[in-house]
Amino acid sequence: MEMQNNQDFLAAIQAQFGADVLAHDIAFDILNIEITPSQIHLVIEWLQQHPTLNVNYLTNIAGIHYPESAGREFAVVYQLHSWKNNIRLRIKGYLPKENLHIATVTDLFAGANWMERETYDFFGICFDGHPDLRRILNMEDMDYFPMRKEYVLEDATREDKDDRFFGRNNNEL
Amino acid sequence: MGKIEELETINGEGYQLTTLDKAIALARANSVWPLPFATSCCGIEFMATMGSAYDLSRFGMERMSFTPRQADLLIVAGTISKKLGPVLKRVYEQMAEPKWVLSVGACACSGGIFDTYSVLQGIDRIIPVDVYVPGCPPRPEQIIEGVMNIHELVKKESSRRRYSDEYKHLMSSYQIEIEQHGDAK
Repeated sequence: MEMQNNQDFLAAIQAQFGADVLAHDIAFDILNIEITPSQIHLVIEWLQQHPTLNVNYLTNIAGIHYPESAGREFAVVYQLHSWKNNIRLRIKGYLPKENLHIATVTDLFAGANWMERETYDFFGICFDGHPDLRRILNMEDMDYFPMRKEYVLEDATREDKDDRFFGRNNNEL
Repeated sequence: MGKIEELETINGEGYQLTTLDKAIALARANSVWPLPFATSCCGIEFMATMGSAYDLSRFGMERMSFTPRQADLLIVAGTISKKLGPVLKRVYEQMAEPKWVLSVGACACSGGIFDTYSVLQGIDRIIPVDVYVPGCPPRPEQIIEGVMNIHELVKKESSRRRYSDEYKHLMSSYQIEIEQHGDAK
């Protein structure tokens, strides 16, 4: 069977899900496709079960925060891999900050369990249908989502650091 | 008058006198059993300190104790994340009195370069520390210097320090219960 390339993948996905493919490009030889968030589960399931595309491996799930882009503040990125075709691709879905819900893919890939917990832990994105959606890396009693840009990186309890010596005090510049 | 190491003694025909406190302190100082709580690069330096080139066993520290129950000295070498904090405190609480803590490296002492929401900004926020060793990471010589300072503390400390008001106050400031003699948990 002939190996499928990026163009074959894009053409097949567009033929099947035309209206839900919102944008696409190829960056560093990897195909990026933006899909309507509500359809992502369907697309990944279709890719996984497709006889020739055969996307059999979920490499990673990550979140991104774009505080300035109104209505699409959060992105969920799925990095997928087809071993047979030696093709990786990224599926992106953008969510508004008022409704951070997306369907879980733990029913398709068991490995998504911890990845989705991590994305929830750092960004507060809820994966509907996840069997055990709770924090995984941070303290259980943490009351915010630390990778959101409105929160500072530094530890808030530290008193011995003078901001002037660390280039953080803008008034001094 | 005679001496055992720096310890003053009264010598006579067939006997040598000192106080029990001082004799016990001397024995303790020369057989401190460490528990290495090593999490990162400082742990690698500590491994070098244990190895044949620097040889901690010269100081009666041959046996690393990987259970807190038989350890005297908790050596914390490396970054402690906030999530690991309760584990470290539990280990400290499980150690039997008398016990000492050596904080090795910038991360254990102050959080070091990791001034971030997920890292504990110094282990002295959760357990009392006796000696701090600075450095990122410190060389084995510096760790040995820290151990020597621990030995000085051990030699000078009362063998009944857990009954002192200062010690009780220190422990209560960390919300750590002091185990009284005979009520082991």
